[in-house]
Amino acid sequence: MMNELQVITPEMTLAGLGCLVLLVDVFKREESNLTFWTASISLIVVCLLVVVWRPDQPVYVFGSTFKLDQVSSLLKIFILITGLGAFFYANYYFEKFNLKQSEFYSLAIFSILGMLVLASAHSLLTVYLGLELLSLSLYAMVAMDRDSKFAAEAAMKYFVLGALASGILLYGISMLYGAAGTLDLIELKTQGMAKHNDLLLVFGLVFVLVGIGFKLGVVPFHMWIPDVYEGSRTPVTLFLSSAPKIAAYAMALRVLGEGLVGLSAEWLQMLIFMAVLSMGVGNIAAIAQSNFKRMLAYSTIAHMGFLLLGFIATSPGGYAASMFYVVVYSIMGMGAFAALLLVVSPNNLDEKITRFKGLSLTNPAASLMFLILMLSLAGIPPFAGFWAKWFVLKELVASGMLWLAVIAVIFSLIGAYYYLRIIKYMYFDSDDAANSSICWNRSVGTVFTVNAVAILFLGFFPGILMSECLKAVLSSVV
Amino acid sequence: MFNNFPLLSLTIWLPILGGLWVAFRGSRSDSVKAEALIFSIVTFILSLVLLYNFDSSTAEMQFLERVSWIPVFGIEYFLGLDGISLPLVLLTTFITILVILAAGKSISDRLGFYLGAFLILEGVMVGVFAALDAVLFYVFWEAMLIPMFLIIGIWGGTNRVYATIKFFLYTLLGSLLMLVALLYLYYVTGTFAIESMQSAPLNLLEQQLLFLAFLMAFAVKVPMWPVHTWLPDAHVEAPTGGSVILAAIMLKMGGYGFLRFSLPVAPDAAASLDSLMIAVSLVAVVYIGLVALVQEDMKKLIAYSSISHMGFVTLGLFVVFNVAAKTGDWNDATMGVEGAMVQMISHGFISGALFLCVGVLYERVHSRQIKDYGGVANTMPVFAAFMMLFAMANAGLPGTSGFVGEFLVIMTAFKANFWVAFLAGTTLILGAAYTLWMYKRVIFGAVLNDNVSSLCDVNKTETMILSTLAVAVLVVGIWPAPLLELMQPTIQNLIEHIASSKLK
Repeated sequence: MMNELQVITPEMTLAGLGCLVLLVDVFKREESNLTFWTASISLIVVCLLVVVWRPDQPVYVFGSTFKLDQVSSLLKIFILITGLGAFFYANYYFEKFNLKQSEFYSLAIFSILGMLVLASAHSLLTVYLGLELLSLSLYAMVAMDRDSKFAAEAAMKYFVLGALASGILLYGISMLYGAAGTLDLIELKTQGMAKHNDLLLVFGLVFVLVGIGFKLGVVPFHMWIPDVYEGSRTPVTLFLSSAPKIAAYAMALRVLGEGLVGLSAEWLQMLIFMAVLSMGVGNIAAIAQSNFKRMLAYSTIAHMGFLLLGFIATSPGGYAASMFYVVVYSIMGMGAFAALLLVVSPNNLDEKITRFKGLSLTNPAASLMFLILMLSLAGIPPFAGFWAKWFVLKELVASGMLWLAVIAVIFSLIGAYYYLRIIKYMYFDSDDAANSSICWNRSVGTVFTVNAVAILFLGFFPGILMSECLKAVLSSVV
Repeated sequence: MFNNFPLLSLTIWLPILGGLWVAFRGSRSDSVKAEALIFSIVTFILSLVLLYNFDSSTAEMQFLERVSWIPVFGIEYFLGLDGISLPLVLLTTFITILVILAAGKSISDRLGFYLGAFLILEGVMVGVFAALDAVLFYVFWEAMLIPMFLIIGIWGGTNRVYATIKFFLYTLLGSLLMLVALLYLYYVTGTFAIESMQSAPLNLLEQQLLFLAFLMAFAVKVPMWPVHTWLPDAHVEAPTGGSVILAAIMLKMGGYGFLRFSLPVAPDAAASLDSLMIAVSLVAVVYIGLVALVQEDMKKLIAYSSISHMGFVTLGLFVVFNVAAKTGDWNDATMGVEGAMVQMISHGFISGALFLCVGVLYERVHSRQIKDYGGVANTMPVFAAFMMLFAMANAGLPGTSGFVGEFLVIMTAFKANFWVAFLAGTTLILGAAYTLWMYKRVIFGAVLNDNVSSLCDVNKTETMILSTLAVAVLVVGIWPAPLLELMQPTIQNLIEHIASSKLK
C-alpha cells in the first residue's frame, strides 16, 4: 500500500521544480536556454515518476479526493509528453524570434500541474482546483505577447468567458452538493443512480456540463477558441491545443463517466446535441478560414465533437476510444501547429494558409511529415487519426447509434476538404513569393520527425495504445 | 514449396518499400527510372510465381497469411487469393510495369517521386485484392487514394486541383458509408474476417441497407451512372500514367467489391434490387455511350467509353438473378459473372492501351483535342496500326478481348430478357461509332496542320509497350479459356453461395 504522500509525489515534485524554474528564470534571465532545459528535465523527471508508480488497483488518498489509477497514470504520461514536445517547439520559436520569454515555461509547468491534479480528481472540489490552476496559467500565457492587440483581445476574451464558465461550473457543483449532499464522485454516482429524477440534480448537471463544454471547446461554448488560437503566439497556441485537451477529456471522464453516470440518460441527449453541432460548425466554418491558426481552431472544435461521440456510447470501450482519440489528437494538433511555427519567421509573420505554397519544392522532408499529419487529421488510413475515428465509430455502432455514425462520417468527409487544401498548397502549387522555406535546427527537426513518425507508427500499430487505454478504463472506471 | 513463405506479403510490400526508396533518393539519381522498373518487374515475377503455384481446381483461398494485428478487436493481417483476385493482381502488376516504362519526357518534375507514387500505389492495390480481413481491406482501399491524389494533383493538367479534390472527396464519401457497413457487420458477426461476414444470416432490411452502403462505395469506383462525374475530370487532368492506372485497375476495384462484398454478404438484397442495378447499368451503356459520341477531347471520350464498358460489368453481375429466376438454373448465371470478370480484365488492357496511345500523341503535340489532329497515319504509320487494333478492340471486334466479355454478358442477358439484351447490344453500334469516328478524325484524312506533319513515329519503348498490350488483347480475345478456367471454380462457388438465401 502506498502512503498518501507517495501517491502525490509526481505532483509535489512538479510543484517544486516549477518553483525552481521560476528561480532559474529570475537569477539566470540572460540564459533562457537554461530555463528551457530545467523545465524540460522537470517534465521528464515527473514523467518517470508517474511511470514508476503506475498502480494496478485504484488508490484513493486525502479523504478520497485524489485518486491514482491506471487512467490517471496514462493520461498524465501523455500530458507530460505533449507538454515536453510543446517546450521544444517553444524554445525553437523563442530562439528564432530572439524573444526572452522564459516565463512561458514556468507558467506552462503550473498549468501542467493543474492538468495532473485534474487527471487524478476524485471529488468535484479537486476537479475545480485542478481546472482553475490550469486555466489561470493559460490566461497569463495567452496574454504574454504584451505588445499585440490581438493577444490582449484574446486574453481578455478567454479570461472573461473562462471565468464565467468557471462560475457556472461552480454553481452547478453547489447544486449537485445540495441535491446529493456530497462532492465525492463515487457517492455522487450512487446518489445519482438512486435519484435520477431529482430536478435539482439535473439542473446541477446542466451547469457542470457547460463548464466541461467550455473546456473542451464544443459548440455552443466554442466562441473563444478561434480568437484565442489566432491571437496567441504560435507556441502558446500549440500548447493550448495539445495537453489541455487531454486534461479536458480527463475532466469529462471523471465527472460524466464516473460521477454522474447515473444521470447518463439526461446528459446523453445534451452530448449528442453538442457533438453533432460541433462537428457541423467546426468542419464547415473551417472551410471558410484563410488564417491557418483559425482553420485549425475550427478543426479542433470538430475533433472535440467527434471525441464526445465516444462518451455517447457510454461503455468502457467508448471511453477508451475517446481516450485514444484525445491522445492521438493532441499529438496531431501539436504537429500541425508546429508546421506553422517552423515556417513563420521574424521578417515574415504571415500565418495564412497560402503560406505553405510550394513547400514541397523547398523542403520535401518537412512537407512529407506535414502531409502525414494533415491526412491523419482528415482521418485517412493508414495514419493514427483514422483509427481514432474508427474506434469511436465502432463503439457507436455497437451501442446501436447507427444514424449518429453516419452523420459523423459525413462531417468527416466535409472536414477532409480543408486538410486536402493545405496539401494542395504544399504539393500542387508553386511558390511565387518564395516565402515558404524552413530553416530548422537539429533539435526541433528531430522533435517534428518524432511527432510525425509517432502518428505513422500508431497508424500501423494502433493496438498498442488502444489496448492500454481499454485496460486502464476497465481497471478503474467501471 | 511456398507453404510458409510470405509470397503475397512480399508482392504487396516490395513495391511499397521500393516506391519509398525511389521517391526519396529520386531527384538525385539518373538511374531512378531503371530502379523503379526493376522493382516493378520483380513484383510482376512474384505475381507470376503466384500464378504458377495457384491451384485452379478449387475455390479455396490460397497463399493464406494470417497474423493477429490489433488483438483488442480481433483484427488480423489476413491475406489470400482466389480465382477472382488473382487475375486482378496480375493485371495490376502487369500494367504498372508499362506505366513506369511510359513515364516519359512530359514528367520532368520530380520523376523519382512520380515513379515512387506508382510503385506504392501498386502495392496498395494488390493489398486491396488480397485482403481477407475487412479492416485491412478498408485500410488498403482508402490508402490507395493518397498516391493517386498526389499523382493527379502534382503532374496533372491545368485544372488538376479541381479534378483531384473531386476525385478524392467523391471516393471518400462512398468509402465512409462502406466503413459504417463493415462496422455493422462486425457488430452482427463479432469478427472482421470477410469469410464470416459473407456467411452471416441477415434479414432483408439489414441486407438492403448494407447493400446500399456498399453500393455507394463501389458504384463510385466503377463508376456507375449517376455517380460517374468525377471520372471524366480525373482522366482528363491526370498524367498519362495516372489515367492508365485509374482506368485499368482502380475502376476494377468497384467490380471486385461487388463480387467480394455486395453479392455474397447481401444476396437477397441484391436479388430484390437487381432491376435497379440492371436499369442503371443500361443507362451507363446506352446514355454514356451517346455522351461519348459527342466528346471533342480524346481522353474524355475514352473516359466515357470506360464508364459505358464498365456498365457491362455491373450488368453481367446483376443480371444473374433474373436469369436464374427465368430459367431456374443457376448454372446459366455463371456465364454472366464470368463475362463481367473477362470484361474487367479486357477493359484493363484496352483502356490502358488507348490512354497510352493518347499519351503518345499528347507528348508530341501537347493537345488532346480531336480537331488538332487529322492524317496522323501519314506520319505515324506504325502507331496508326496499333491504335487501329485497340480501337477495334474497344468497339468489341471478335478476335479481340473486348468481344469476349461483352458477348458473354449479352448472351446471359438474352436468357433474362430480350429487351435488356437488346439495349446492351446497342453498345456494339455505339462503341463502334464513337471509337471509330474518333479514330477516323484523328488518324485518317489529309494532314491539316503543321503539328501533325512534323510528327515522328513511335520509338522503341513505345513500340514495346503497345505491342505487349496488343499481344495481351489478342490472346484474351482468341483464347480466353485459360483465364476462364482460372476463375471458374471460384465463380461457381460464388454463384452457389448467392443462390441460397441468407434470410434469418
